[in-house]
Amino acid sequence: MREFFLSPFFQSPPVQNLCVLASLALIIFTFISTVRNERWERAIARLRKDKTGIASAIVIVLYLLIGALDFVRISTDTTALDWLTSGLKREPGYSAPFATHTLSTLHPELLRSTHPLGTDILGKDVLTQTLKASRTALIIGGLTSLIYIPLGTLLGLAAGYFRRRTDDLITWLYTTVYSIPEIILLVAIMMLFQKSLITMSIALGVTSWVGLCRLIRGETMRQSGRQYVAAARALGQSHWRIITRHLLPNVMHLVLINFVLGFSGIVLSEAILSYLGVGSPVGTASWGTMIDGARSELSRDPTIWWTLTAATSALFILVLALNLLGDALRKAFDPKRG
Amino acid sequence: MFSYLLRRLLYAVPILLGVLLLTFVLFFATQTPDSLAARVLGPNARAEAKKEWIARRGYDKPLLLNTQSGATLFDSQFCNFIGRLSRFDLGLSDKTGESLNSKFAEGAIPSLCITLPAFLVGLCLSIGFALYQVFVRNSALDRLGTFLCVALMSVPSMVYIIFGQSFLTLALNWFPVSGFSRDGLSGAKFLVMPVLLMIVMRLGSEVRLYRAIFIEEIAQDYIRTARAKGVSNPRLLLTHVLKNGLIALITLLVAQLPMLILGSLLIESFFGIPGLGGMLFNAFQQGDLAVVQAMVFLSSLLYIIGLTLTDILYAAVDPRIRLY
Repeated sequence: MREFFLSPFFQSPPVQNLCVLASLALIIFTFISTVRNERWERAIARLRKDKTGIASAIVIVLYLLIGALDFVRISTDTTALDWLTSGLKREPGYSAPFATHTLSTLHPELLRSTHPLGTDILGKDVLTQTLKASRTALIIGGLTSLIYIPLGTLLGLAAGYFRRRTDDLITWLYTTVYSIPEIILLVAIMMLFQKSLITMSIALGVTSWVGLCRLIRGETMRQSGRQYVAAARALGQSHWRIITRHLLPNVMHLVLINFVLGFSGIVLSEAILSYLGVGSPVGTASWGTMIDGARSELSRDPTIWWTLTAATSALFILVLALNLLGDALRKAFDPKRG
Repeated sequence: MFSYLLRRLLYAVPILLGVLLLTFVLFFATQTPDSLAARVLGPNARAEAKKEWIARRGYDKPLLLNTQSGATLFDSQFCNFIGRLSRFDLGLSDKTGESLNSKFAEGAIPSLCITLPAFLVGLCLSIGFALYQVFVRNSALDRLGTFLCVALMSVPSMVYIIFGQSFLTLALNWFPVSGFSRDGLSGAKFLVMPVLLMIVMRLGSEVRLYRAIFIEEIAQDYIRTARAKGVSNPRLLLTHVLKNGLIALITLLVAQLPMLILGSLLIESFFGIPGLGGMLFNAFQQGDLAVVQAMVFLSSLLYIIGLTLTDILYAAVDPRIRLY
């Protein structure tokens, strides 16, 4: 198995690109097939009239595209994003945005190219790093969601549908996890295991499912009392079928809203973990690492403000767009409560 | 009421046991004693030194139950771990060997110096903003307020701190950059910036939450009656909505109260405040697992206390709850 993943065939650019596309298509297909119902159509119609919602969706798609560009391989070690930013060459050291020389009072050197967001201490282009970091954010957000969404949804559905002992057990489980402050649990897991993007996603997944599980449990309890569930049961349908075919589509909107809002929380958590020194592994471009690195640069003279500004703005815009879209979705699905 | 109280208290026991089990699995079952010793004594420590350290900490005992002949059944790592914590002995620091009980007791005051004022001032501010938003609800101003809240929530918390520390204190020199002093008023100047930052960091989410609570309250029938009776709008908000909303609010806030002792991880580390948050941060940096593990226990204990207090308070306010 391991040999296959490391084989030249699997590592070749077309196969890698195909894998990315196929997994995306699979996720989208499963999602759409569970939610083709009237409620979603009405919500989508409402969402179309919401200007803030549309604008934030466009911003998120832009980030997704930038991240996707860094997934598409042109050759074995360059991605489409590397190729697009190859004009921004590496410099000897710090330089301000649009500067012509490096930032050095003694020996300012002529820059090889113009950097719209300047360069960092190693002379690497800040714009390239900022763009590349969106891939890291997407990987972590995506992997974490792949872990916590099925976990939270299934446990929530089980607790709300079966009640009694199952419910007691699941409630006990999430109260236990929830009673440890998220940040302490996260850092403890990151300290104990090897630092990698996958460990971080697992750690974030372990702490994120509680909110979703609670929400789904409550809604499932409400839905279970409805007549359609009683009818399905009277027709002799199996528990599994009732849960997946009847209850799941009716709580799916909560999953979507939680996914969008949760994604913003995960991106923020990644930044904080990177600051605490237990986040992304060394060498991965990440907004949190950039912010952490920029902290000491602010006290330099002249102040190096561009790395901090670039990373913070990129992070802020994505999180803001996710939060606004989440709110817009909530309004679209539940216009009365807003 | 008494049986309800007893049930709530008993309910806390399995949760506490769950936390202990989770902590134990995380910190001991996933780690070999050898790797724990290597973490503390350094990777190049001699084998005898490691062995002695493992034996002194009791990490050579079986994990769950001691089934070896000639030993008591409960002389295992997990049982000793529970026994130690139930005597409220938090153990010793891996790095310095100090007793964590006294270390934590020392750190509680500096933490409270930051969190308590920030909590109280932040509460008043956010209730004020939320009430104002409810007063002008569904107007452009209300929407702007909600947008600002979301924007405040979207900035990573360390950026607030970096901004506050480097621009307001370093560049403008209004406050000392970092530090802490235990003597009264002269120490207050160290607290202004951390408290201010903590308020700003939490403002967005709090205002949004309180607005939602008050909006829910304003949709109730008794508000319509009051309005029909001719109660003025400001009076309606300040007496009717605020008072009834406070019931929902207080139960929310009581759960947070015990947690204030823990302080704030990021703020205390940036401003060099010797509270529990700063201690935890140092433990992260130095890899002091004993401190992290004791902090996990302490924080969940405080959370469970908060949860139980909330339940009791809820029952005191709303008698219907006691029937459950």
